[in-house]
Amino acid sequence: MSVLSVSGLHATVGDTEILRGLSVEVRSGEVHAIMGPNGSGKSTLSHTLMGRTDYTVTSGSVQVDGEELLGLPTFERATKGLFLAMQYPVEVPGVPMAALISASLRSRGVDTVDLDSRIATEADRLHVRDEFLLRGVNDEFSGGEKKRIETLQLALLRPKFAILDEIDSGLDVDALRDVSRRVEAMTKEQNLGVVAITHYARLLTELRPDHVHVMMAGRIVASGGPELADELEASGYEGVAARLGVAELAIEKQESSKVAFDRGKTESLADVLKAAGSKADDPFADPLA
Amino acid sequence: MSISKSFSTDVARGLGGPSWLVDRRVRASGSLDSITWPTSAEEIWRYSRIEDLDLEKYRPVSAERLGAADNESAPGGGPFAREAGEHSGMLVVHDGRVVHHEIDPDLEAKGLRVCGLATCDDSDEIANVLGSVSSVSADAFTVLNDAFMPGGALISVPGGVVVPHPIVIVHWCDGDLEASFPHTLVVAGESSEVTVLERFSSPNTDHLVDAVVELVVRDNASLRYLSVQEHGPRTWHIGLQRAHLGRDARLASAAVALGGGYARLRSESLLDGTGAMSEQVAVYFGDSDQMLDFRTLQDHAAPHTRSELLFKGAVEDTAKSVYSGMIRIREDAQKSQAYQTNRNLVLTDGAGAESIPNLEILANDVKCAHGSTVGPIDDDQRYYLESRGISPEEAERLIVLGFFDDVFGRLPSSSLTNSLQRSVVDKIEHRRTR
Repeated sequence: MSVLSVSGLHATVGDTEILRGLSVEVRSGEVHAIMGPNGSGKSTLSHTLMGRTDYTVTSGSVQVDGEELLGLPTFERATKGLFLAMQYPVEVPGVPMAALISASLRSRGVDTVDLDSRIATEADRLHVRDEFLLRGVNDEFSGGEKKRIETLQLALLRPKFAILDEIDSGLDVDALRDVSRRVEAMTKEQNLGVVAITHYARLLTELRPDHVHVMMAGRIVASGGPELADELEASGYEGVAARLGVAELAIEKQESSKVAFDRGKTESLADVLKAAGSKADDPFADPLA
Repeated sequence: MSISKSFSTDVARGLGGPSWLVDRRVRASGSLDSITWPTSAEEIWRYSRIEDLDLEKYRPVSAERLGAADNESAPGGGPFAREAGEHSGMLVVHDGRVVHHEIDPDLEAKGLRVCGLATCDDSDEIANVLGSVSSVSADAFTVLNDAFMPGGALISVPGGVVVPHPIVIVHWCDGDLEASFPHTLVVAGESSEVTVLERFSSPNTDHLVDAVVELVVRDNASLRYLSVQEHGPRTWHIGLQRAHLGRDARLASAAVALGGGYARLRSESLLDGTGAMSEQVAVYFGDSDQMLDFRTLQDHAAPHTRSELLFKGAVEDTAKSVYSGMIRIREDAQKSQAYQTNRNLVLTDGAGAESIPNLEILANDVKCAHGSTVGPIDDDQRYYLESRGISPEEAERLIVLGFFDDVFGRLPSSSLTNSLQRSVVDKIEHRRTR
């Protein structure tokens, strides 16, 4: 039995405090749903737990079985038993699933014997076609395929706790069902603890939670059983906020707090033609654009 | 810039070989006086380190040190030839002089030639073809090569002959403060098929390599060509690789550039016959204070031609890279397609990459696209892999190898892929231990 314990978590992005004292405790085999409107800090929560460096924790604690994770780099949090299924899984061209899983398992000291057949078995369960295993991970995959691939990795890496960041967004109901069935099976077979962060109640009809939390403006404002999800479904976030007397649902991010990534220089053909003094309606305009 | 007195007509003459070759060298050396040496003010040398090249301090490798043209003393092709696996022929070239050649006798009986330019039987035929490609794109260094090439590697595939295994050329260039002038001529006859794997290397000596590679791909022939440059860190390499493609000819060429202090490759394809197809790909990885410099040309001179170029590089430490590419589509090259992509990873703060794509399109019914990127490893990719428990070091290794994966997948021979990937990984790991 393991425990993921988040207490009094405060975190900022740039100048804005997004998490404002969030606490939740999850045990092995439990499914917790954290539901919140846009801007309530859901994504900040998942990346803060995983240690993304764009987010600064100002106070609080995140522990797995009493061991503090805050301060550890992302990869060590993963090896301590945390897994984040991302809302927008990143495309990694040229790195196929086997290479990624093999490196992930090796860093945990887990053997990679029969890895190909383990991957094939999981792919079958999740209805992932072979071609998606051979290509670079997520490279030009559809939203649904990406979420199946996240779940496939979750199943192979066997963490203690999985944070599912909007695993239900951007996929059709078949994929949602496959993903939910697989996660549910892991909670039973491997005693996986789950934190499902979501905007939509739809997920909860597939992945039945034991505990439901409502998140607003960076903290948990209500916790209960599945009936809380029903209330949300019936009266919406505004209705629940009104019942609780919560005025602030979302956090307005300050402009300066936007995280910027330098992706280097990318010149399109149009730019090049412009620089060369060609006409914008050049007949040789980029056919791939 | 000027050259030392040791680059004399007497030295050019003294390098020996058949009279046509001696005459050719003497002619070229005579024109050296009037040559204009390049400066970085010229567009084609922009961003290069040509100003740092002090030609005065080098002398051509002497006839004495090269030995007689027919004195073949080197036995094997070293690790490169072993890794290349089964081959149909091999040439070992020391400082531009062929010192060993071997060929599958069955293919030799069919007319395949794998031999030294200075010692081959079909000398007159060679004399007509030699320089027919490189002279079209001559610069000071091709003239210098003409003046001091002691011989060179010749691969000539007769029409219709399919060479089953690669032909391997292994160059070794050494001699402190010496300059060597390797010259390779590959002629793929009509409807023939051949794969050539060429490797340049040198020890840690201050040596100048001025290399010319001419690729003649006759009508409907297929040539797959890989050049691997793994020079020592103080070697200067200035190379021209130019291909002329006939009707329906296919060229798949690849360059892997890892070594050298300053190493430059002009890679050019002239699509001269209708339906010709040219592919140019490259992997380059600069570390320490290396500069890797590429100038490419996709020159479409006939209709229905297609060219594809994919150059990918990484730089770390204070290394620099330059990519400058031109797609030229001439007036009568209608219905042609040309694609050019250059992508660069800058792995450390002190490193840098220049990327300059150019188009010159004179036909009006063509498809053409190019793209270029320069930037660090994507933070999101790093984070994604690290979130799976992969250490930052391993994540970087995976991302860099993944970045190069599509080029490695397109090398003309897969036998060398693993060892070349290993060399890339070694560079990344070497930085971490410094």
